[in-house]
Amino acid sequence: MTVSQLADALNLEALCGSAETMDAAVAGGYCGDLLSWVMGRAPEGAAWLTIMSNPNVAAVASLGSLSCVILTEGVRPDTQLLQRMISEDIPLLRSGEETFKLAGKIYKLLYA
Amino acid sequence: MEPLTLRYTVDGDSFTTAGEASTDMKRSLKRIGADADLIRRASICMYEGEINMVIHGGGGQASVTFDGQKMEIVLTDRGKGIPDIEAAMREGFSTATQEVRDLGFGAGMGLPNMKRYADEMVVESKVGAGTTVRMVLYDDPQRNA
Ligand SMILES: Nc1ncnc2c1ncn2[C@@H]1O[C@H](COP(=O)(O)OP(=O)(O)OP(=O)(O)O)[C@@H](O)[C@H]1O
Ligand SMILES: [Mg+2]
Repeated sequence: MTVSQLADALNLEALCGSAETMDAAVAGGYCGDLLSWVMGRAPEGAAWLTIMSNPNVAAVASLGSLSCVILTEGVRPDTQLLQRMISEDIPLLRSGEETFKLAGKIYKLLYA
Repeated sequence: MEPLTLRYTVDGDSFTTAGEASTDMKRSLKRIGADADLIRRASICMYEGEINMVIHGGGGQASVTFDGQKMEIVLTDRGKGIPDIEAAMREGFSTATQEVRDLGFGAGMGLPNMKRYADEMVVESKVGAGTTVRMVLYDDPQRNA
């Protein structure tokens, strides 16, 4: 499943992402707000669900080779995060849903 | 593969732009066509080290050398140093301030991540004088097999 298919299926608002990166495969997922946990544990290509909205999120997503970041629980990104996601070209999505519920839906789409 | 030598000065007072050296290293490794798994492991190691220099070490110097087989990353700062390296290496150990924790740092997982993703890692530190972290990574197709 690609990032854009995931966004469509779950009604995620895409804040940025080029045609190329929206078309990249989502390989698993990870939920967490502590950056070093995500860095160490999120698998390559994962969709990362978080409520962290500062620019360091972009660095972790980029250096950890994640496929996209999904801000959950209605969180909005800092302007600096959005700018950095655009310049790193990583899709930034958002959802009003709770992390737990959204993760469950993503799990179903990817593995069920 | 073209050998690579990179040097960076890491600024000690900006948490928001932190990661620039790591990002540039990743780009350079991609450009010379390094193995994707090696790039990812090196990026994780370098980022954790870079962030530690910023939030704990007051900034410092980073150098990366890669000959196509062996990569060496050396991070040196003249910050406050680490009184007990063994304790610092433990998962969950952190002296990070609340301000830094609010940004998502301070889980005490940075050094353990570096240890996990590097093939060799040595930390040298002297209280009041600074810290040097040296990591070696090999391009090893067997590692993930
Ligand atoms: N360069 C450094 N200078 C001084 N102290 C350091 C340095 N690097 C690490 N430390 C000490 O070691 C502790 C553990 O480091 P580690 O990277 O594992 O966790 P952290 O930086 O506190 O949190 P996290 O990396 O999970 O965001 C730090 O809290 C700090 O006390
Ligand atoms: Mg750290």
